[in-house]
Order: sequence, then C-alpha cells, then structure tokens
Amino acid sequence: MTFSPELEARLARVIASCPPGRERSALVPMLLYAQDEVGAITPELVAEVSRRLNLSPLQVEEVVSYYSMLRRKPAGKHHIQICTNISCMLVGGTELFDHACRRLGIGNQEATPDGQFSIEEVECLGACSWGPALQVNYDYRHDMTPEKLDRLIDALRGAG
Amino acid sequence: MLYNEPSPLEVKVLTRRFGLPNSASLGTYLATQGFEGLRKALAMTRDGIIDEVKKSNLRGRGGAGFPAGLKWGFVPRNSPKPKYVVANADEGEPGTCKDRLLMEFDPHSLIEGMLIAGLAVGAKAGYIYIRGEYRYLIELMDRAIDEARAGGWLGRNILGGGFDFDLYTHSGAGSYECGEESALLESLEGKRGVPRIRPPFPAVSGVFQCPTVLNNVETFCAVPAILRDGGAAFADLGTPKNGGTRLFCLSGHVNRPGVYELPMGFNLLRMINEVGGGVRGGRKLKAVIPGGSSCPVLKAEECDLPMDFDSLAEVGSMLGSGGVVVMDETTCMVKAAARIMRFYAHESCGFCTPCREGTAWLRKLLDRFHGGRGTPTDIALIGDLARSMLGRTFCPFGDAAAMPAISFVEKFRHEFEAHLNGRPCPFEPTGQLVEV
Repeated sequence: MTFSPELEARLARVIASCPPGRERSALVPMLLYAQDEVGAITPELVAEVSRRLNLSPLQVEEVVSYYSMLRRKPAGKHHIQICTNISCMLVGGTELFDHACRRLGIGNQEATPDGQFSIEEVECLGACSWGPALQVNYDYRHDMTPEKLDRLIDALRGAG
Repeated sequence: MLYNEPSPLEVKVLTRRFGLPNSASLGTYLATQGFEGLRKALAMTRDGIIDEVKKSNLRGRGGAGFPAGLKWGFVPRNSPKPKYVVANADEGEPGTCKDRLLMEFDPHSLIEGMLIAGLAVGAKAGYIYIRGEYRYLIELMDRAIDEARAGGWLGRNILGGGFDFDLYTHSGAGSYECGEESALLESLEGKRGVPRIRPPFPAVSGVFQCPTVLNNVETFCAVPAILRDGGAAFADLGTPKNGGTRLFCLSGHVNRPGVYELPMGFNLLRMINEVGGGVRGGRKLKAVIPGGSSCPVLKAEECDLPMDFDSLAEVGSMLGSGGVVVMDETTCMVKAAARIMRFYAHESCGFCTPCREGTAWLRKLLDRFHGGRGTPTDIALIGDLARSMLGRTFCPFGDAAAMPAISFVEKFRHEFEAHLNGRPCPFEPTGQLVEV
C-alpha cells in the first residue's frame, strides 16, 4: 500500500518515538492514523501494518478488535458521534441522538445511502461541562440542541 | 477561547494562563514564569525534588488520590534499566473534561511537569498517552513539544545541566479501560488494553518492563508551581492531607456548568450554588456524583461537605477525577444507574470474568427495571450481584462499575420500588419525554 507523504511523516514520527526493538509500540496510533486516510481497517491495511512492524496479522487483528474507534467498514464522510453518557444525558443528549437518527433516516452506526453522513452513539467524549456534545469526525461541537444540529447538517451538506 | 466563564471564587494556579493571548505558545509560557520550576529542580538533588513534591501533599488527580511524591519515591535508584515518565491523558471518566483544557491552554506546563519528574527519577524519555478522540490535542501537544525542543527545553543537555530528556505523544483509539494505568501501559506497547497483575507496580516494572512514573495530566501540571513556589505554598492552598487546588468539572443540572479551579476542601453545596449558579430552573437538588461516574452517588442531604479525598471517603464515596455531576429532582435515578451501567458493560475489557459478566448482567437488570419489567427480587439481586464483583478483578474497573450500582440501589431504593408500581417509569409518563 502507498500512503500520502503526510501520513508517512506522521507514521515515521510514531516509529521514531519507540525505543529500538520496540516498534510494536507504534501499533495503535499507526492503525488509527492510517484509518483516517484509508477510511477503514481493510485486510490490505492489516497486512501492510503487520509487515511494517514485523508482527503477525493476528497480532494486529486482536488489537483492531479491541479499540472502538477502529472500524472494518468506512463511516460516512461526516461521521456524527453523539455522546449520551450521564452528563450529556442529563441535558438532552439522548433526545439529540434520537433527533439526528430521525433527521438523517438512519440508525446507530449506519450511513446515509449517499455516504455523506453516519451516526454513532458514543460514550463520554470529555465535554461533560458543555453538553450535550458531539464530534463530527474529530471536530467538537458543544452545547448542542436539535436546532443547532439541523443547521450543522445543512451546512455540512452544503459544503459537500 | 475558553469554554466557560471563569468564576470569581476560583484560585488559579494550574489555570493561571487560561485566557492569555497565545496561552499555548512557548513565548507566553516563558513570559509567565514558565520553566522556573525546572530551573530550580536542576539545582536540587533527586531526593530534594521528591521531598518538595511530598511536602506539597499533591495527590493523584486521575482519581485514586495516591500521594505523587511517594509514588515517585518508589522508582528504584539502582536499576540498570532505562526509566520512563508517562502522562495519562486518556481522560474518559464520565463527567471529567479537565485534562483537555490543561493541554489545550497550557501544554508547556505538562511538558515542564514531566521534565521535573524525569529529573527526579533519572528518566530520559516520556510519553503522553492521549485518547484517540482528542486528535486536535495530539497535534497541539506535538507542536508544543517541537517548540520546546527547538527552544532547548527538550533534548540533550537541557539548560546546560547535563540532563537529557525527550517527550512523545501516543494516541489511544477508543478505550476507557486504557485510562487504567496497567492497561494504558499495555496499549502503549501496542497491545489490547487489558490490565496487568500488580505487584509489580509501574514504578518498578512499567512500560517495556522498565521503572515508570505514571501520573494524570493534572498531577504533572501541578508540579511546576510546586517547584517554583515551594511545596509548602501549594499544600497551604488545600486542607491538611490534600494539598493545592484541583479542577472540578461541574456538569448536569446547574445554571453555570464548567471547569473551575478551586482549593481542595471547597464545600460541595457552595460549589453547586455559588460557582455553578445553583440548580437549573430553581428546582431542588436530588443527587450528586462527586468525582466521575465510578464514585458512589451522594443524596442531596449528604452534599454539605468539603471536597477532598478524605472527606469523600468518610461518607463512603470518592473524590475521583473531579467530575461533579449534578442531578435535580426530575432525574430518574434508575435511568441514571442504567445509563452508567451501559457504559461499564460496553467498556469492560472482558479479561476478568466477574467484571465481564457482572457488568453485562447489571446492564440487563437495570435496563429491564427502567423499562418497567423489573420484579421485587431484582432490587436485592442488583445489589448482591454488584457486591459479588468487589475486589475480584485485576484492575479497579470491576469496583468502579459495582460501587455506583450499589449506591444507587441503597440510596434510592424507593425510586426502584416506584418503578414497580408506576410502570414503566414514574418520571417519564408514556409518550412524554422528561423536560430538559
């Protein structure tokens, strides 16, 4: 597999942070950074990462299956992750999640047919004091309401 | 831009740079006494640094409240192995959102705190393990590290004092369990985040089986001020065995939720009413989770108490990670307990049977109860099941999941009973959502 120069630079930085002979340490960040470019943890990506770190594919697979951000299938272009954990739940996080599902006509961990949007109900995002909170890909949105979410979806759709 | 207005009641030690122009830059850091703690530390002996941290009564801000100086003192001096410093930035305890702000607005204080720890234990390298969702902070910390290295604050022969130290960020990828110290070390080594049996503790055998100092971000961020102004000055800000200030994250049903730096021992009711502006909508307070969702819940009448590790332990709860979750009279406590358990069932790594099975069955029981399908014997079963998990797992996750369940059932038993009579939920009349 070939990666972009930016991803290669990021991966090189992670590998350089490992002591000699401890390159396996780079595995979790490598998978996440590569997934951001590739879109999902594909069999080819598992093979590439295991080759680069001198691991068996099984050693990579068992890590992929453990971490909830690593996924086998691509998410939508705009992956909307809504927190419904206790602090966000108390201020309307569950209702926000339900609203997003109705608005986009999809359920949890599903994507719209055009691949533009996907929704995921997530655990605590670390935005408890400014809930309900969500992330679109890696961007945080705080103090959300169903109306703000509608405007956000419209803006993202307009931006293409 | 800050996420919430500061409160006039705050005592700003760790958050003193929040809101300054370019607060994350090295320039701002150096202009505001940055690296003065490190300068002093470089002129001290290792024991002298550790003694200063002991004097400060700084206790671990990740949740356990273990004295930081004592922890550093456990690192063996004569070990021939390299030593490491690791910052736990895997902030994930529900209710907690403070380490994020420290890294965003003052990343160099984390760097300086880790440098001082490295000096104290003889480490030459450190890792900042940041949860994967905090991607913007990984990039921000990488920039801060590059800036510090270019300025001579990281790398070889720092300040000409013969001290070499370098620092790296390391991303997680979505796992609450990786905030547990031994699971974090496994993840840092490129494995599944399952806990290790202890002893040996990380101070003796941590990352790569080498002696490792592992602290929460906020703990490290307190260290520069401790070295700069002296351990006694920091200790004096708090209560006798609980030195300094800490960042409290107020969330839930308060008028002014936010992260506020307050002295240890600050009264919880005062925090809710004066710092947080009181309960929303003039409603009555029902309950507070005082330190993140792993901490046993407090009833409103238990909340007139000082927020320090020992006072919370006395009432059977914990100060935890500083996440203060406020619930008003409209909150269904069965629903709250069920949501919290859903989280633990999702996040259990599955390595220890009592935790894997216990959290899954508790989730089912609590969901069933809130859905109106509970039975009178379920109430006792929830408590019995949770108690059977206590102390029977490799890491504290099992206890962290069991303790809130026990406290919700014991303290709000009447609400569980009300669900048997007012099915499905007396707080959520059919077809009508609770007002938010």
